[in-house]
Amino acid sequence: MNNIRRIAGAIWILLGIAAAYFLIVEQAIPLFAKGDMESLVPAIIYTFILSPIITGGMCVFGLYALQNEYEL
Amino acid sequence: MSQNEISEGFDGKKLRKVIAASSVGTLIEWYDFYIFGSLSVIIATKFFPSDNPTAAFLSTLATFAAGFVVRPFGALFFGRLGDLLGRKYTFLVTLLIMGFSTFAIGLIPSYSSIGFLAPILVLTLRLLQGLALGGEYGGAATYVAEHAEPNKRGLRTAWIQTTASLGLFISLLVILATKKSMSLEAFNDWGWRIPFLISIVMVGISYFIRKNMDESPLFAQAKHEGKIVANPLKESFGKKLNFKFVLLALFGATMGQGVVWYTGQFYALSFLQKVANIEFEQSNYIIAISLAAGTGFFIFFGWLSDKIGRKGIMLAGMLIAICTYRPIYQAMYELADVSLKTEKPNSRQERTDYHLIDGTVNLSKVTRTIYSYTDGTQLLEERTEKVSHLPSVQREKIVFKKTVHVGQHAFWMLILLVFVQVLYVTMVYGPIAAFLVEMFPTAIRYTSMSLPYHIGNGIFGGLLPAVATYLAAKANTANEVAAAAGQSLPYAKPYLEGLWYPIIIGGVCFVIGLLYINGKDREIND
Repeated sequence: MNNIRRIAGAIWILLGIAAAYFLIVEQAIPLFAKGDMESLVPAIIYTFILSPIITGGMCVFGLYALQNEYEL
Repeated sequence: MSQNEISEGFDGKKLRKVIAASSVGTLIEWYDFYIFGSLSVIIATKFFPSDNPTAAFLSTLATFAAGFVVRPFGALFFGRLGDLLGRKYTFLVTLLIMGFSTFAIGLIPSYSSIGFLAPILVLTLRLLQGLALGGEYGGAATYVAEHAEPNKRGLRTAWIQTTASLGLFISLLVILATKKSMSLEAFNDWGWRIPFLISIVMVGISYFIRKNMDESPLFAQAKHEGKIVANPLKESFGKKLNFKFVLLALFGATMGQGVVWYTGQFYALSFLQKVANIEFEQSNYIIAISLAAGTGFFIFFGWLSDKIGRKGIMLAGMLIAICTYRPIYQAMYELADVSLKTEKPNSRQERTDYHLIDGTVNLSKVTRTIYSYTDGTQLLEERTEKVSHLPSVQREKIVFKKTVHVGQHAFWMLILLVFVQVLYVTMVYGPIAAFLVEMFPTAIRYTSMSLPYHIGNGIFGGLLPAVATYLAAKANTANEVAAAAGQSLPYAKPYLEGLWYPIIIGGVCFVIGLLYINGKDREIND
């Protein structure tokens, strides 16, 4: 079971990268392209607040899992 | 002094007082936070005129910043204070900040009176509300848990868990009661301020109850023994030993709990109103009755988690939710779908009115048709078009608006379906305060548990409406493009596409929780 926990770490890292792609490419860039003030706020939040938290958090979590930090 | 010794020294009356003081204060904070959301349409007209781009920008900032960004910062700021100075003083401060901000919003003159100062003040106060909320929950949950008997921690903290739903429920009641006590014009003019202003009375009472409470015994003990850490933020997030549990709490519990909570309480309402087209009052009744019926289950699942463990209940709630969301929402859609109902013969009523459009010679023609169905459902269809006696003026596109008032059977079936979703919320949310408290040591508990809670709920939960709407809109657009090209439609049920967000996030959280959370350890371990 601990092996599965460790190997799954790679999946969490990939998920973190996928979340960054979705938030920045799919959400933020089209909003930045609109250019109006109302779209700017969510675009900034997606890029500078959500992406670091979700992607950074998921990647660090995956890394810890790979390092067997969550061994039970 | 062990936790057992602390609890044995406690009489039931004092413990009830601790729970009541903490729960009432947290309930008031949720009430304060929700009335802004519930009255957002009126607030927008008073402070954020849509024809002014800067005011609209400030409005968006108030919505996004307070909901997503500020709450985790409040968790960090007040969490640190709570771990340095004590739980009692910190959540007294959050209560006062919330009460002051809410009361002050009720006093701000409108945009038409003081111009841009009005939206800037509202935005500032809304941000303060978000900060205070970010600090409140962790303090209340920690305070109750640190007083509770070890074998009843789930039951005791479950009272804190009822406050978010009750706060929403009471905010709806106060707004409805205020509305009913005066004319619509008076409410829109000044009456909307009353729910904000009466908050100060509730906060005042709660402040004096909390002020006379003692500090948490575990924190007092840690302080006495010199175990308070100098920098709780560095200790929580700078050390791998603690930070790995912050990440586990977020991705293995609060992330999934956040999306289940937002789906059951907020997306359900939005779906009833915007997708199923059920009228405003009836849809609010459906949610309010379901919430009232379901709230007791927070206590039940908190109690049950003391008996059989927290992990199993929370993960079971998540799993059942993600497996049943699509059939539940399909059933909700069909209950309001008039194309599946039989129209009563000779019951159709139609009325046409003409209104002069301000400042023009043009008229707006409004045709209202009421269709009645055999199960008691009524559909009101409004067609609005601009007409002119001048041949040079072209007719504008007709605007359709549909409002459904469902019959008694469908009404109660919808309550049942929303109630089932509220049950899921109680399963994932009832035990989570005790679960989070038990994950972290006393010295960094307030800081460490507050952050994953507010990221899970504020960010993963708070994103739900935006992402779900985006997914549904994308499916609708794809269908329209395919239909225009004469191809078969790629999405059979585009209105269900938004549910992929809670299903995927909840699914990931379920797998992480199942793999990595140790379901056996329920001790507060310092």
